[in-house]
Amino acid sequence: MTPFRTRQNLIWLVILVAAGILFYAGSQLPPVGDPRSPAATHVSPYYIEHSHHETGAPNFVTAVLADYRGYDTLGETTVIFTAGLACLLILGVELGRSRPGEEP
Amino acid sequence: MRSPFGSSILDAACRLPVPLVMLFAVYVIIHGHDSPGGGFQGGAILAATVMLIRMVRGEDDVWGLDRTRAALLACCGVGLYAGIGLLTILCNGNYLDYGVLPLPLKPEKVRFMGTLGIEIGVAMGVTGVLVLIFDALTEGETQEGDDGK
Repeated sequence: MTPFRTRQNLIWLVILVAAGILFYAGSQLPPVGDPRSPAATHVSPYYIEHSHHETGAPNFVTAVLADYRGYDTLGETTVIFTAGLACLLILGVELGRSRPGEEP
Repeated sequence: MRSPFGSSILDAACRLPVPLVMLFAVYVIIHGHDSPGGGFQGGAILAATVMLIRMVRGEDDVWGLDRTRAALLACCGVGLYAGIGLLTILCNGNYLDYGVLPLPLKPEKVRFMGTLGIEIGVAMGVTGVLVLIFDALTEGETQEGDDGK
């Protein structure tokens, strides 16, 4: 067996073992929407009961997204901004060029 | 995309929906507290109107939002978000703890306004980045098209 084949088989072995671990761990998670899961017994009731008078937002999603986890949303915005700048760098676009009419 | 590929029919057809779509984008941003929506969605809708205008009327008609200003708009959006966070620190609060902002309103209304401020920041950032990417992608086509002429 050539070294290349050995390496391929090794990669497959690692992938399968990792996938097996992940699938086993996933089978232990509470099912989606389970009312007895930790998320549904602690976090959700708090937001449902307190988010309106604490944040003034009538919508739970907005209260969680923009207020309780505002730092997370700041990170998301920064990711989008960084992605835009990366697009500019990859595509090689110059900024600050002359406006229409002045270009040769 | 120097020259518009729109005809007079396209030009007339885009005049009607664009103001309405922009108004809807502002509605989505501001009404994101009460209904599905918010800065990301509203910013994307707003960028879509700008792209429509770019496609139909060409790059000459940029409404003052050229590439550089789109990049500036994105920077200002992220800066507004982070700046509101810094403002709360200056008012002796935690980072992004809008309750301490010095506004003459009830406490939960102050948080409401802080949330609205960051939603506007997010919308500005998303609009700027999407317009920037659109311009960057159509720039290559322009050069090829110009060479062909």
